[in-house]
Amino acid sequence: MSPKTRKQMVSKARRGSTRNKQDLGASLSYLVGYCHQYVGLIVVAFAFSAVSALLSVAGPSLIARLAETITKGVSSTGIDISLAKVNGIGMTLIAVYVASMALDYLQSLIMSHVSCSVGKQMRSEITRKINRMPLRYFDNHSQGDTLSHVTNDVDTISQSLNTSVGVFVSSSTIVIGCIVMMTITEWRMSLTAIATTLVGFIAMGRIMGVSQKYFVARQKSLAELNGHIDELYAGQMIVRAYNAEESELRAFRDANERLRQRTFQAEFLSRLLMPIMTFVGNLGYVAVCIVGAALAFGGSIDFSVVVAFIIYVRLFSIPLSSIGQGFASIQAAAAASARVKAFLAEEELEDESNKTTRLSDVRGAVSFDHIRFGYVPERTIIHDFSARVEAGQKVAIVGPTGAGKTTLVNLLMRFYELDGGTIAIDGTNLADVTRKDAHEVFGMVLQDTWLFEGTVRENLTYGKESVSDDDLLDVCARCGLAHFVDTLPRGLDTQLNDSVSISAGQKQLLTIARAMVADSPMLILDEATSSVDTRTEEQIQRAMDEVTRGRTSFVIAHRLSTIKNADLIIYMQDGDIRETGTHDELMECAGLYAELYNSQFSMDA
Amino acid sequence: MLRLLKYLRKREWLYVACAVTFIVAQVWLDLKMPEYMNSVTQIAQGRSTAHAGAAGGLSDIWVDGGFMLLCAIGSLICSIISSYFIVHIGVDFSTRIREAVYTKVQGFSLGEINRFSTASLITRSTNDVQQIQNLMTVGLQMMIKAPITAVWAIAKISASRQEWTIAMGIAVVALVTVVISIVRLVTPKFKLLQSHTDHLNQLVRENLSGIRVIRAYNAEDFQQGKFEEVNEEFTGTSLFTNRATAFINPFMSLVMNGMSLAIYWTGAYVINTASLEEYASLFGNMVVFMSYGLQIITAFILLSALFMNVPRSLVSAQRINEVLDAQVSVEDGPGVGKTDEVGTVVFDHVCFSYPDGRGNAISDVSFAARKGDTVAFIGATGSGKTTVVNLVPRFYDVTAGRVLVDGHDVREYRKSELAKRIGYVSQRSVLFSGDIRSNVDFGDNESDDATVKRAIAIAQGSDFVDAQEKGIEAAVAQMGTNLSGGQRQRLSIARAVARHPEIYIFDDSFSALDYKTDRALRQALKDEMADATCLIVAHRIGTIMNADLIVVLEDGRVAGQGTHEELMASCEAYQELAYSQLSEEELR
Repeated sequence: MSPKTRKQMVSKARRGSTRNKQDLGASLSYLVGYCHQYVGLIVVAFAFSAVSALLSVAGPSLIARLAETITKGVSSTGIDISLAKVNGIGMTLIAVYVASMALDYLQSLIMSHVSCSVGKQMRSEITRKINRMPLRYFDNHSQGDTLSHVTNDVDTISQSLNTSVGVFVSSSTIVIGCIVMMTITEWRMSLTAIATTLVGFIAMGRIMGVSQKYFVARQKSLAELNGHIDELYAGQMIVRAYNAEESELRAFRDANERLRQRTFQAEFLSRLLMPIMTFVGNLGYVAVCIVGAALAFGGSIDFSVVVAFIIYVRLFSIPLSSIGQGFASIQAAAAASARVKAFLAEEELEDESNKTTRLSDVRGAVSFDHIRFGYVPERTIIHDFSARVEAGQKVAIVGPTGAGKTTLVNLLMRFYELDGGTIAIDGTNLADVTRKDAHEVFGMVLQDTWLFEGTVRENLTYGKESVSDDDLLDVCARCGLAHFVDTLPRGLDTQLNDSVSISAGQKQLLTIARAMVADSPMLILDEATSSVDTRTEEQIQRAMDEVTRGRTSFVIAHRLSTIKNADLIIYMQDGDIRETGTHDELMECAGLYAELYNSQFSMDA
Repeated sequence: MLRLLKYLRKREWLYVACAVTFIVAQVWLDLKMPEYMNSVTQIAQGRSTAHAGAAGGLSDIWVDGGFMLLCAIGSLICSIISSYFIVHIGVDFSTRIREAVYTKVQGFSLGEINRFSTASLITRSTNDVQQIQNLMTVGLQMMIKAPITAVWAIAKISASRQEWTIAMGIAVVALVTVVISIVRLVTPKFKLLQSHTDHLNQLVRENLSGIRVIRAYNAEDFQQGKFEEVNEEFTGTSLFTNRATAFINPFMSLVMNGMSLAIYWTGAYVINTASLEEYASLFGNMVVFMSYGLQIITAFILLSALFMNVPRSLVSAQRINEVLDAQVSVEDGPGVGKTDEVGTVVFDHVCFSYPDGRGNAISDVSFAARKGDTVAFIGATGSGKTTVVNLVPRFYDVTAGRVLVDGHDVREYRKSELAKRIGYVSQRSVLFSGDIRSNVDFGDNESDDATVKRAIAIAQGSDFVDAQEKGIEAAVAQMGTNLSGGQRQRLSIARAVARHPEIYIFDDSFSALDYKTDRALRQALKDEMADATCLIVAHRIGTIMNADLIVVLEDGRVAGQGTHEELMASCEAYQELAYSQLSEEELR
């Protein structure tokens, strides 16, 4: 029976994570809710934006007065314009325009701050969220998909917040302000403008309804493609070695083509908004001209009113198309925030803030009491496992691949929670303490060696500040890393990244050293010495013997020679204990363990 | 950016032509409107000599108004059609660029991949391409429309009063100057921003790939700290660019408003000195000038929206070009075709140093493997075993000497020819999401179900594959994270077996297997690959004692080679290894 059969869920993962079709409103209100701590700032920005917009709306009426002053100066006797008045109005206008610009820029500055902060907060919340999610989630979701949240989705939201929201507010204010001013100036012409605008908004609403679902689909396709690229770049070497470029290219093309189609649909539809709003502006222009000119001709209004209206309508048409553009961008943001929302709403690990039980002064006695576990409910991997380990014992877990050995480690580390039974340390139920506490008592070296970008020191201490250089060098020496560290250009402070090539063995040694530095009362070594050469392995073995002295340790190893001296050997098969005992005892009863042990010496293959 | 344009195909250029045509039509229509407006204005003022009567004037207003409306509708239609073409161009173009980057990366050797870093290559293929697309779809229309509008409108009013033209000129110069200086200011910052994006990507990938270790060491806060640091830098940089680009918009409105003010202001003075006869046409001209002026400025404002996108896109274009221009260090050879020898591998005084140049990783390695030979490489961690075998499938190319496969230098082969001969199993198992079958029948393996099953059986994977409900159709997650280490290793071995290669390369590929499986696997492989040449990187002498040739490596040099017996007799390094690993009895 294979240990980790989560296949049904895996296949789901390919289809992406956003199952629910989010509607625009819900996504936007989520985004607004997300920004709640910036509400004060946003209100100020809105106010600035509105005042700035109002000032620019006030402009045309002043311009109209300027035009009026000019026309008034013209009489049948000759031209005598009151230049003093013109200058006065001109100066006022300069003040109004400069103030309007200042406020507008201030608004932009505030919104930059808000959008950057929101973006930052989202990114940080997503990564924090990763820490709070059960491992199960990541078994089923591609790395690229999760990655896409942090880059593409947040980027889209943040860009939209930065540019569109401000523009949206000021545009709306200008439109409303224009309407108010127009109504004050001349209600009949104003009514004309409003009527045409309404037509525009109705059309816009229609289009947005349709395009929103394409935007959601686009973000999803983007994540899907991201997943494919991430995976293929990571395994590129194998792709090349197996001439799989073409078949993978086909898969890539499919995903790329899907993205192309979705993007085209979303982009084209949203692109309709702007010309439609421009048309509405033009329509208003024409309508106002006709009505205005007719009225002026009829003598019921002064010609200067028409001039003012022309400016109003022009002033009007730019924000109208901006509103169109803004909406398109807000739609994209809504689709992205729907994905972020779905991700942040994913099931989390159980909250443990109420757990008060602490593991302190751990001696290291571990008891497994009838534990039962399966990665998916319908498939039990470990059926009924019981064992008792005394403090300070070295326990070796052996058995064929897929027997559930790694699963046992996953459970000890509480990476997954038990379905039944208890694991207790010094009599304390592991489920009663926090995961953090549980992790603290174990030092761990995993099957997959893993180093992160950072210095050697950081990789060893992991942020633990109390470790002195002498201690570190001592650990390195004990792990046979002294020479390696010596040859590094900057010793312990050398950055480890993609460009520094470290052999698998050295990686392994570093992760072992990391466990040593952690100095936990218990140790878990999962096939830790498998890809280290024998000389190094011996060094490690010596160091391990030293470090495991007086500590309870769990060793999962295939090289049976390394566990000969274990206090307890547990032979597992299909999730159950088949044999337990010391090496000598198990050899004596000539069972499964003995068979496995002997197989390594008949090297006729 | 311009260099990327060569990825536009004929059809897209046709689309560009169509888009330009419709945009020109649209601009013409847009510019036609003020003419009707002028006529309406004149009529309404009752000063147009052509329309003496009130009734005739009113109907003329309707006619001209109707024409304006027609223009507006025409403009809308043109705009929608041009949008169609533009969006097509932008989206198709970015799709093609993405494919180009992807294909290029597929041709990279490990050297190039490490130079760029996987995280950065991912950002370049996704995020950077997205930036280009944004520029193309948002920008192209503006890029075409704004200059046409501006030039056309300027031409229309160039005959007007000098004072107004000057005001206009000042406005345009001010706009251009400010926009250019801001673009200059932010471009380097945008470069930084994209590299921060790479870094963020890198850290999230790290968090995901190391999730167990991070949790086991309670290092979440530490990792988060690293992330926050980069996040902070990213935010700081984007704050800077946002603040700088945010200036463009308010400045634009200021210029636009300032210009209309200037026109009226100077207009007042001009008219004041004019005669009564000139007044009507002057005033009309002023209004018209203003409408055109506003259109010009509007064009520039739309252009400014574009300019906010330009710097970031330019940086992205540059980053994409870096990938596309990267010299692929391992290039396809001319091809070899049929060879006289089969299954031979010869290293002829091979030296290799990694691109970062820290001396030779291996130096002067020579050995020869005949068809069916098993050659084992043994030596301490870091002695160059993996490097040696990586030179055979050309993950890297030698810096000196030659590697011959089937009697030909590996550099003579086409990549696919060479790969076809080799079944490579890496140190760390690489599996892809899909199912077991797709992982075994990978690339050009072209195996049917029976072959897949047989390969799995040889790789000792039948028991766990059969236990799967769906058998070989059971799902495999990215990197095979839903399988245990031993299962992953067996599947990657099955993948090599299903290939029936002339040459197997096992880079320490049995490490996660227990002895029993290991032994059964070796036996099965021996039966399977009696004819196949086999290069094995190993740690334990016990597993390779029977090899036809054992190459002992020490610090990248050959410390000795020969059979087990020969080495036991002559090679000190080998003896040392042997005595440390094997008991007297086993050594016999």
